[in-house]
Amino acid sequence: MTAYVADVTALARKDLRLELRSRDTLPAMLLFVVSVLVVFNFSLPAGSSRPAAYGLLWVAIVFTALLGLARAFAAEREQRLLDGLVLAPCDRSAIWLGKVISMFALLLVAEAVALPAFALFFAPVDVSLVAGLLLADVGLAAVGTLLAAMAAASRARELLLPLLLLPLVIPLVVGGVGASIAADPGRYLAFLGLYDLVFAILSWASFEYVVTE
Amino acid sequence: MLAFYWVPNAPVEGFRQRIFYLHVPVALTAYACFVAGAWKALRLLWTRDQRYDLESYTAVHMGVIFGVLTLATGSIWARTSWGVWWTWGERQLVLFLVLFLFYSAYFMLRFSVEPGPRRANLSAVYALFGVVLIPISFLAIRLAENLIHPVVFSRDVDENLTAGQFLTFLVCLAGTLALAGALYLNELTGKRVDERLRELREALS
Repeated sequence: MTAYVADVTALARKDLRLELRSRDTLPAMLLFVVSVLVVFNFSLPAGSSRPAAYGLLWVAIVFTALLGLARAFAAEREQRLLDGLVLAPCDRSAIWLGKVISMFALLLVAEAVALPAFALFFAPVDVSLVAGLLLADVGLAAVGTLLAAMAAASRARELLLPLLLLPLVIPLVVGGVGASIAADPGRYLAFLGLYDLVFAILSWASFEYVVTE
Repeated sequence: MLAFYWVPNAPVEGFRQRIFYLHVPVALTAYACFVAGAWKALRLLWTRDQRYDLESYTAVHMGVIFGVLTLATGSIWARTSWGVWWTWGERQLVLFLVLFLFYSAYFMLRFSVEPGPRRANLSAVYALFGVVLIPISFLAIRLAENLIHPVVFSRDVDENLTAGQFLTFLVCLAGTLALAGALYLNELTGKRVDERLRELREALS
């Protein structure tokens, strides 16, 4: 058990340190999310309702996550490290969990920038929105990491990941937007929790099969 | 197989209600195909026996075909009942649209990976995700109905079926399932023959 935790920590720390040193994914995500919010100003017509702005925030979050996830396995793929990781004497799902933790951290940083920008440009941010975002981040990171590994094994790569991910995150968007605008966000937050539980367990269990033959 | 064309009992609501006998069995058959595909996928991952890969793929293919039919018949029904080709308020249609997108991506995944055990594994994991997505999406769509367009169309079909209608429905359901099964076996045999042919060609060259 402790060996597993040690493996996961080592892998997560490796990914985060790589990101801090190379600084290629995170600045792109930050700039992307702010640019998308600015584009929304021009795409929302004059009399648009406030809930519409929340809906667009969630679209921005999903696409920023896609951007980050597309780079998730890039280093492993370019330098053929994935075989090395798989051959290592650790449970393969530890690779998945390490990546999920580092991806979650990247999403948190991106949202720390996106939320103030959103509050400035469009509409106020409240606790249920933040809670919804946190829960949805878990789901996005969990499912996205598994699908990024799948896409890394294919020829189509960057083209494939959005196609695979978008149908799966529709429930997350429903839950998140509901948590933002509904009078009673509890149901939506509970649904997000259910999604996270189910898909995190499924991804954790099936990562082994995705990276091995 | 053609049992679903033959509707012996006249429904009370009018002629256009007959599409119900086609639409619902087709939808249920599509679900059944997806579940069968996921079951075969699970067997593949469990036993690592490669023949389940083709069986899972064929089942998903059948599911997508019947899914398209569900969307088409559902659209026609919406048009005749409510005057619009599409409505976001109709849960079954929205759910099927999401599933259709998901399983279309299944084919994109399958055709962008080299054939082999790797592709079989990826397809199997994805098929399992699909079947888990069905109830989650259903819940999501139910929750979403409060957020997006309110349901303005009420069903003018009386939900309680008479005995005669129920019998017709069962016959149509059995017919559609039999059709799906026959198409599945047909396609599976064809694919296995293709595979064998390819192996022989490679062995000879």
